[in-house]
Amino acid sequence: MSFSDYTVGAPVVDKAAPDGPIETRWERRKFGVKLVNPANKRKVKIIVVGTGLAGGAAAATLGEAGYHVSSFCYQDSPRRAHSIAAQGGINAAKNYRNDGDSVYRLFYDTVKGGDFRARESNVHRLAEVSRQIIDQCVAQGVPFAREYGGLLDTRSFGGVQVSRTFYARGQTGQQLLLGAYQALERQIHAGTVDMYQRHEMLELIIVEGKARGIVARDMVTGEISTHLADAVVLATGGYGNVFYLSTNAKGCNVTANWRAHRKGALFANPCFTQIHPTCIPVSGDHQSKLTLMSESLRNDGRVWVPKRLGDDRNPNQIPEDERDYFLERKYPSFGNLVPRDIASRAAKEVCDEERGVGPTGLGVYLDFADAIARLGRPAVEAKYGNLFEMYERITGENPYDVPMRIFPAVHYTMGGLWVDYDLQSTIPGMYVAGEANFSDHGANRLGASALMQGLSDGYFVLPVTIGDYLASNKLPEVAPDAPEVLEAVNSVNERIDTLLSINGTRTVDSFHRELGQIMWDYCGMERTEEGLRKALDLIPELRREFWNNVKIPGTGAELNQSLEKAGRVADFLELGELMCLDALHRRESCGGHFRAESQTEDGEAARDDENFAYAAAWEYTGRGESPVLHKEELNFEYVHPTQRSYK
Amino acid sequence: MRLNLRVWRQKDLADKGRMVDYSVEDASEDMSFLELIDVLNEKLILQGEDPVAFDHDCREGICGACSMVIDGQPHGPQKATTTCQLHVRQFSDGDTITVEPFRAGAFPVIKDLVVDRNAFDKIIQAGGYISANTGSAPEAHSTPVPKAAADRSFAAANCIGCGACVAACPNGSASLFLGAKLTHLGEMPQGQPERYDRVVNMVETHDDAGFGGCTNTGACATACPKEIPLDVISQLNKDYLAATVRGKRRKA
Repeated sequence: MSFSDYTVGAPVVDKAAPDGPIETRWERRKFGVKLVNPANKRKVKIIVVGTGLAGGAAAATLGEAGYHVSSFCYQDSPRRAHSIAAQGGINAAKNYRNDGDSVYRLFYDTVKGGDFRARESNVHRLAEVSRQIIDQCVAQGVPFAREYGGLLDTRSFGGVQVSRTFYARGQTGQQLLLGAYQALERQIHAGTVDMYQRHEMLELIIVEGKARGIVARDMVTGEISTHLADAVVLATGGYGNVFYLSTNAKGCNVTANWRAHRKGALFANPCFTQIHPTCIPVSGDHQSKLTLMSESLRNDGRVWVPKRLGDDRNPNQIPEDERDYFLERKYPSFGNLVPRDIASRAAKEVCDEERGVGPTGLGVYLDFADAIARLGRPAVEAKYGNLFEMYERITGENPYDVPMRIFPAVHYTMGGLWVDYDLQSTIPGMYVAGEANFSDHGANRLGASALMQGLSDGYFVLPVTIGDYLASNKLPEVAPDAPEVLEAVNSVNERIDTLLSINGTRTVDSFHRELGQIMWDYCGMERTEEGLRKALDLIPELRREFWNNVKIPGTGAELNQSLEKAGRVADFLELGELMCLDALHRRESCGGHFRAESQTEDGEAARDDENFAYAAAWEYTGRGESPVLHKEELNFEYVHPTQRSYK
Repeated sequence: MRLNLRVWRQKDLADKGRMVDYSVEDASEDMSFLELIDVLNEKLILQGEDPVAFDHDCREGICGACSMVIDGQPHGPQKATTTCQLHVRQFSDGDTITVEPFRAGAFPVIKDLVVDRNAFDKIIQAGGYISANTGSAPEAHSTPVPKAAADRSFAAANCIGCGACVAACPNGSASLFLGAKLTHLGEMPQGQPERYDRVVNMVETHDDAGFGGCTNTGACATACPKEIPLDVISQLNKDYLAATVRGKRRKA
């Protein structure tokens, strides 16, 4: 049996989902939640893994509520989680502009932008909560951009027609994360949160079917420790680094999620990945990551390639009528501002035609000459100065004089662990928040919505819903030497020993690069039956070689960055296979998932609602074994599915 | 191009440490400085040697994880640039580059170029926040903030907590880091109720952590990759004095 086989199991049902009028569902769910007596909260222990917007906010809020929280991050400080790198902004349905925005419009835009593959109830809740997020962050002292009257400024972002994006220059993620981090540090000082930095979760502990703790490795001493609790929250981010090159931080990984998946948590829509159109192109084999240039650049930059094949003249010498402004040509009404998935695929198309630019041919121009002529250089500098400087630092080229070169790069993963409306996974007592879960963005995330979802889950949703589980379950203390605990510790130790004993001839990075190339070639911007089948042959082969030929110097009892990477790459080598299978089984195009076999006559993504209006939640059955597919049917009562068009 | 690297190697805190010479023959000017170390490490691993340990994460200049003193300067020679954003084109073929960890009494070396900056978190714990429990916030527009204050606050909030200011300071002081947080929160109306307790608690925690005092050399602001202005230290001193006059003492 090969991995490209799978069986279909029973549908997965969201039992926590409320029904009735959508605008009252969250209110009613909050009222329906059982409460934990305040006096009992300090006896209840909750583990939160990850300290980004979702995890940092959740740990701080649970601490404020009086729970006893243990918070974990692999970085040297919780302030460094990768939410910090988000540039653009955060959406909220405040309607401060009086431009017709509302909770319902944000809900509508998000369901449609996700190409009708997200749950309506969740998205509506997200839109409702968005308003409280801004209030909360302002109270924490987040220095949002303001107007001269002292009120908050907003801008329009990501192709929506209202100005609902709040921002702090190009560093919104940084400022929001520092707000959550400071709230977390306050709770650490108050003694409600124990912080474990430079600790990596390597296993989930399940006792009597419930999540009861984790096994973690101290990355400085190598010590393996167990941490027991009444509930476990994973807020561990996305898995874009399966592609090796992505805009994620180097340390971002899927290990916590994958360990939980192997122990029974369903993994939903793993093939839904977002490829961001405006990143700095790869410059050589040494490339270790890709850098995003904010989407806002497309407001004034024009995207083009030469019309003629092999035209390698200096771009400034190519006359206007020999340039192909392909986004403006193909999408006259949205032009350079089409959504991310569409802009990325169009760039890939012209590069496939060998009209790409730059030394590798994998790039297109983003040209500001017209904007500079129209607005003057000082105005362009005021708007984009920081970004232009960053571009010049990395490429050595001055974008005021020559057009920028950009190319799409992996940026965000919409898929993740399956959760119900309460954010509980299929393992009782294990909750998943932020990018790590699958729930709110469907097949494509809109700009400035990631920060909104992370903070919504962390500040406002999870701290309420988790109480229901804690209040309605008897959770007897787990003995530190319970067989389930010892088994989890043993499996971690055995895995580390095995990795260290291979002593082969290839570095961890070389395997990671090769996996990334396979994923990019066959499970990237355009996917085909043939390519995905090929990837499903190549990945298990590469995995076998990894387990026979990887070379990891040093020991487990010290700071060993090769060992850390090896554990993560080992899990990516399993996840990559599941992503390809998910992409293969979904014989439709939707959002960021483009199947070449499913397109309209003019080459746009064609959804198949009749057969694929579901979330695909996969059950693990063993490494390289056929997984079981559990479908969650998606019903659209409010926003009726239509084909997206940006022509 | 060929680059020679003199790199600080130290097995752990107890090890004395030493400089070790390496060379990278096939460096490309398009590499970031960290990618240069990646290339060196790939070679070391295949030779069966221990790769050089260093902190890094986002590699786009915002997380503050990367450190390194390069040719005597924290984050290297390029102005307003973190090590991860420093590119090899800033150097010339045949150059010898020295690479050391951030050195300060309050930043003990963990291994090679990795140091322990946990003292920064301790300073924030002592008061680097506005106490606003989740859910308790008033409507965002109920308190306008003058744009000039919001802008100054943002310029200070820009701090990435990397510790270059401490590594650059001859006294190993974290005054720029402290001043940045105090100015960020102190410019906001929301930050006023805790203003004077905050400065006392943070300053005294800073001193206890082993950071030195400020003698206004300005080396910190020169080294800062985010160009935090030196006047945040004046703000720190002003607030600290005002707090002392008010008789503020550190809470237990």
